[in-house]
Amino acid sequence: MQLIAIDWIILGVYFVFVLGIGYALRRYMRTSSDYFLSGRSIPAWVAGLAFLSANLGAQEVIGMAASGAKYGMATSHFYWIGAIPAMVFLGVFMMPFYYGSRARSVPEYLKLRFDEKTRGLNAISFAAMTIFSSGISMYAMALLTNLLLGWSFGFSIWVCAIVVLLYILFGGLTSAIYNEVLQFFLIVFGFAPLVFVGLQRVGGWSGLQTALEEVARSRGFADGAWTQTWSIAGDAAANPMGIEWFGIAMGLGFVLSFGYWCTDFLVVQRAMAANSMSAARRTPLIAAVPKMLFPFLVIVPGMIAIALTHHSATSGFALPLKTDGSFNYDLAMPMLLVHYFPHGLLGLGITALFASFMSGMAGNVSAFNTVWTYDIYQAYIRKGASDHHYLNMGRSATVVGVCLSVAAAYVANRFNNIMDMLQLLFAFVNAPLFATFLLGMFWKRATGHGAFFGLLGGSLAAALHHGLTLPHGAAAGVKGGWLTVLDTYPSEMAQNFWTAIYAFTACFVLTIAISLVTRPRDEKSLVGLVYALTAREVEQEAAWYTRPAPLGIAVLAAMILLNLWFW
Amino acid sequence: MGLDVRLPIGLMFAIIGILLSGYGMLAPHAEHASLNTGWGCVMLAVGAFMLWLSRRSKK
Repeated sequence: MQLIAIDWIILGVYFVFVLGIGYALRRYMRTSSDYFLSGRSIPAWVAGLAFLSANLGAQEVIGMAASGAKYGMATSHFYWIGAIPAMVFLGVFMMPFYYGSRARSVPEYLKLRFDEKTRGLNAISFAAMTIFSSGISMYAMALLTNLLLGWSFGFSIWVCAIVVLLYILFGGLTSAIYNEVLQFFLIVFGFAPLVFVGLQRVGGWSGLQTALEEVARSRGFADGAWTQTWSIAGDAAANPMGIEWFGIAMGLGFVLSFGYWCTDFLVVQRAMAANSMSAARRTPLIAAVPKMLFPFLVIVPGMIAIALTHHSATSGFALPLKTDGSFNYDLAMPMLLVHYFPHGLLGLGITALFASFMSGMAGNVSAFNTVWTYDIYQAYIRKGASDHHYLNMGRSATVVGVCLSVAAAYVANRFNNIMDMLQLLFAFVNAPLFATFLLGMFWKRATGHGAFFGLLGGSLAAALHHGLTLPHGAAAGVKGGWLTVLDTYPSEMAQNFWTAIYAFTACFVLTIAISLVTRPRDEKSLVGLVYALTAREVEQEAAWYTRPAPLGIAVLAAMILLNLWFW
Repeated sequence: MGLDVRLPIGLMFAIIGILLSGYGMLAPHAEHASLNTGWGCVMLAVGAFMLWLSRRSKK
C-alpha cells in the first residue's frame, strides 16, 4: 500500500501541531520543576487524559487488537479488572502520599519512606526499563511501517525519534502531556471509523457474534468463547487464553495491575503534575472512564478481523499468515486499516498509529529524564548544583534517552533474543513492587531493610518460578523451565500471572519478616508518608463528581456493569 | 501554563476535518468518498466545539 498526497498532508498537519505545541511551551520552561513536573500546574482532565495516553503506545493498540483476534472479548480483562480497580485505588488511597509527600518521582517517594538503597534499586531499574521499552516499541513500529507501507526500517524510527526529541526538549513534561491529550483524541477519532466500517462489513454486532460463535466452535470451544469474559473462565481449558478465573483475578487483576498502575512512574508522573491534591487524586479516576470504553475501540477491531477472516471467501479479507502457518495476529488492526480505509481516512488512521506510538515513547522519555536527573544524577553523581544545572541536565538526558532508545531499536532488530531476555528480567524486577508500596503506605512498621530485601527476594522468587515452570508446548529456555521443569501451565499468560503472584507473595512475606527484626523509623519522620500518620483531607464542600471517593465508586460500579454485560 | 491545550486540538481537528471532507467531495467517484466526507464533518464539528470551549474559558 502506498500513501498518496492527501494522506501525507494529514500526517504532516499532525507533525506541525505536535512540534508547534512544544515550541509554544518553550518560554514557560524556567526551572527544573517546570521541566520535570510542569510546575504542578496541570488541570485534572488534562492530566487524566495524558495519564491514559502515556500508556497507550502503539504496542498497546496493536497488541490489544491482536489479543482481540486471538482470545476475543476476554481480552477486556486487561482493561476492566486489570486496570480500573488499580486506578481507583491509586486515586483514592495512594495519591495523597505521592502528591502530599511532595516527592518529585516515585523512586524519590521510596527514598523518603524507606531509604537510599531502595530508591536506587527502583530508579536504576526503572530508567533502564524505559529506554528498552521505548526501543522495543520503536522496533515494532518500524517493522509494521516496513510491512504495510514499504518504508525502510530506519525511516519511521528516525522521524518519530526526532519529533519526540524536539517537542520534549523544548517543552518538557508539559509538552509531553499536552501532546498526549492531542494524541488521545487523534487515536480515538482515527480508529473509531474502523470499528464502524468493520461492523458494517461483518453484519453489525449480531453478525459479529454469529461469526465468532462459528470461530469458537471450529476450534473446539463453547459458543461464547470469543464473545464472553467470565462464563468461560471456570476452567483454563475452556477458553483460548488458557487461564482460569483465580489466575485472572489475582495475577492480572491484583498483582500485575496494581503493580503497574499504582507504582509505575510513567503514569504516576502525570498525576504528580496536577495543579492540586484534588486534581491529582482525580487524574486516574478521570482516566478510568475512557479506559473502560477502550475495548470497543481496540479489541473489537481484532474480533472483527478474525470474524472476517473466518468468512474470507465472502468478505475478501484474510489475516496474513506467519511463516509457520499460524495467523499473524499483530497485523489485525493495521490490515483492517489498509484494507477498508479509503485514501484520506487512511492518512488519518496512519496518523493515529503514529500518535499512539509517539505518546508511548514520549511518556518513556519524559519519565526517564526525570528519574535520571533527580534520582540518579542529583542523588549519586552531583548533589547541590544550581537548579539551572539540573534543568540543563534534564535536556541532555532527553537527547541521550532518545538516542539510547534508537540504539535499542537497532539492537532489537539484530538480536531478538536479547530483548526477550531483558523484558523477562524487567518482569522479574517489577513483579513484587506493589507489595513494597502497599506495606510502605499502609504499615508504618515497614523498614528500609525490609523493603529492599523484600524486593530482591520477590524478584528472585519470580525468576525461580519462571525457571521451574513451562507453558504447555514450549521449549525450555527464554519461555521458562531453564532450571528444571516441575510444572506446566496451559498457556504463557497463565505462567506470567502465576509468576507475578509468587513474586508478590514472597516480597510481602519477606518485607514483613525483615521489618519485624530491624529497627523501625521514628514515627515523626513518617508523617505524610504513611496512612496511619497522615491527617485525612476534608472534602465535603465540593460536588460529588469532583470528590475522589464517590467518583471512584461510580467508576467501579460502571466497571462491574460492563463485566456483567459481557459475562 | 499559559497555553490552553484545547486551542491546538480544536485547530488541528478543524483543519483535518476540512481536508477530509473536501477531499471526499472533490473526488466523488473514488470508492468510499462519502466515508471521507462524513467523518471529515464529524472531525470539523469536534474541532469547532473545542475551539468554542477554549474561547469561552478565556472570557
